[in-house]
Amino acid sequence: MNSEYSAGFVTEIDSETLPAGLDESVVRFISAKNNEPQWLTDWRLKAYAGWCAMTPPEWGQVRFPPIDFQAISYYSAPKSMADGPTSLDEVDPELVRTYEKLGIPLHEQEILAGVVKGPEARVAVDVVFDSVSIATTFKEKLAESGVIFCPISEAVAEHPELVQKYLGSVVPRKDNFYAALNSAVFSDGSFVYIPKGVRCPMELSTYFRINEQNTGQFERTLIIAEAGSYVSYLEGCTAPMRDENQLHAAVVELVAMEDAEIKYSTVQNWYPGDKNGKGGIYNFVTKRGACLGDRSKISWTQVETGSAITWKYPSVVLRGDSSVGEFYSVALTNNYQQADTGTKMIHIGRNTKSTIISKGISAGHSQNTYRGMVRITPGADGARNYTQCDSLLIGGASGAHTFPYIESQNTTAIVEHEASTSKVSDDQLFLCQQRGIDTEKAVSMIVNGFCKAVFRELPMEFAVEAGKLLEVSLEGAVG
Amino acid sequence: MSLLEVVDLHVTVADQQILKGLNLRINSGEVHALMGPNGSGKSTLANVLAGRPGFVITRGSVRFDGENLAELKPEERAQRGLFLAFQYPVEIPGVSNMEFLKASLDSLHAARGQDLLSTMEFVKAVRRIAEELDLAEEFLKRGVNEGFSGGEKKRNEILQLLLLQPRLAVLDETDSGLDIDALQVVAAGINRYRAADNGVLIITHYQRLLNYIVPDVVHVLTDGQIVKSGGKELALDLDEKGYGWVTA
Repeated sequence: MNSEYSAGFVTEIDSETLPAGLDESVVRFISAKNNEPQWLTDWRLKAYAGWCAMTPPEWGQVRFPPIDFQAISYYSAPKSMADGPTSLDEVDPELVRTYEKLGIPLHEQEILAGVVKGPEARVAVDVVFDSVSIATTFKEKLAESGVIFCPISEAVAEHPELVQKYLGSVVPRKDNFYAALNSAVFSDGSFVYIPKGVRCPMELSTYFRINEQNTGQFERTLIIAEAGSYVSYLEGCTAPMRDENQLHAAVVELVAMEDAEIKYSTVQNWYPGDKNGKGGIYNFVTKRGACLGDRSKISWTQVETGSAITWKYPSVVLRGDSSVGEFYSVALTNNYQQADTGTKMIHIGRNTKSTIISKGISAGHSQNTYRGMVRITPGADGARNYTQCDSLLIGGASGAHTFPYIESQNTTAIVEHEASTSKVSDDQLFLCQQRGIDTEKAVSMIVNGFCKAVFRELPMEFAVEAGKLLEVSLEGAVG
Repeated sequence: MSLLEVVDLHVTVADQQILKGLNLRINSGEVHALMGPNGSGKSTLANVLAGRPGFVITRGSVRFDGENLAELKPEERAQRGLFLAFQYPVEIPGVSNMEFLKASLDSLHAARGQDLLSTMEFVKAVRRIAEELDLAEEFLKRGVNEGFSGGEKKRNEILQLLLLQPRLAVLDETDSGLDIDALQVVAAGINRYRAADNGVLIITHYQRLLNYIVPDVVHVLTDGQIVKSGGKELALDLDEKGYGWVTA
């Protein structure tokens, strides 16, 4: 049986794509393409210099041949975008059709028509196609409440003081190999700013799409929530089915001030490769949030079903007193997929609290690793962490691994860790079958039950989507 | 035509011959009790009827409503109306009892081309049955058999029986591990299920369940064959004299 990857089509559009290879001139080219100020060009060049001196990390529980970074193109943009469309009507119709195929409503009217559950159920969408941002919806509506939601390239031009202040403040340029690469060559991404005391009136969402062959995607997301504000943000990702591996190295930075809350959800469905492990996206991503203010809160929820290899650890640095970090994760691997994912919770402020709920599901010949760090620094009096880490195995050829790191330097801290590994048993499947439920449906039901604690954290519309995604990703896992 | 017709059934489990030429015919409206010592093959019969993997028919045939069961997947047998109440019901954590029951009922209805129950109709039906079985509301929201006591698990099987209304119910030691109160509740549930157009096969060690559910036919299974069949009084004789009396 074949697992059907429904987002695996290629869009035929004219693109401007840089030849493969990376050197200073490429970095300068990208910066010039975006009409960036000198400070950002310099910032990129420093990142590039740092990257040149670094080597790829090798500690992950993932195996793949070395990546030739000179064989990748670092910039690709749909050609029709070159002159900058002023409205959606000027966007290549092929592109619009692509997003329709993906079920992303680009037209604001469609969004309004499609979701009639009151104003808070509306979703504003930013779309990043290969390297550039295509369309951001609901901008005016958001602006009324002072919310800025735009491509980061636009934020550089229009809100330079914010970008300059916070870019790299959470994930430094030389944080790690892939973050340094991203800092040098990122071409676009989303920027969000929520002013003091504002509760963002709708869900914000970005859809990422890799289309071109032999290109990497390096987007950069920056979200700033001022004191007492709230925002819920969701990203979705897909890519065509291609035989070659493609690199995706994103950086996401979140900043939460006093009493602010950021809820960041990801439904990652990059192309996972075929059933023999050929092709698929290398998803090497750095995501980190800083709870700078007292009582601030950052919550990561991720549903990871795609990518040939996933390497990501959405983390929270808990600086403000009584700040809260959460990580809810479902990572599903099938066939020959590999995932090494988890989180870091760094407790610095007093009475800081973190919760980690991780659900790993391994089917086929896949390898699924949870890697998580909880660090309590000396000043973090009264810090608390609760970690629950469960693995579910389907079939006999997959692997589940858990690497928890706990470093506590404060005796008043309480750190709890629970872990379990279970198997979808033949008896469970037989019980379902005996009640008339076929095995595919049974596996999906059992896996969804296993993930319930995480799905509860997703915005309603996406919880349903996530459940369906698991079902599709598991096709052929049993039988 | 009989509901179930088993002819000269030979079954191996892990290359071991367990059933060695078993014959059994159950007609609509009949309740049969299958008794026998440990290891005689009672549960093997239940499992092979339901199609559990690992139970291999090496000779003979099983027909359900005239259809050859060996050619059907377990879920297809269920969809045709064959129900097995498990001896050891497994837990499915995180999947609520309600959700499971709905998925089951919907699958059966869909396979038969029947209309699915609306959520409201469904909830009403389940609540009514749960009440009859003395199962609290909270119990329906918990994961399937998750943290249930032995007695609760068995009552949950009967709940499924009454909700799904199969054509043939095979009850594999449903009475084991039940105290006398639970036994009566379970027996009452099975009696409520009994009807002219369905059949019941009760597999049990003990005669006591048969005080509450009066069978039409009692069979004694030893060493993979039915060695004696009779009316309800046979169960009483067995209780008094033991299985040795039959095989001697």
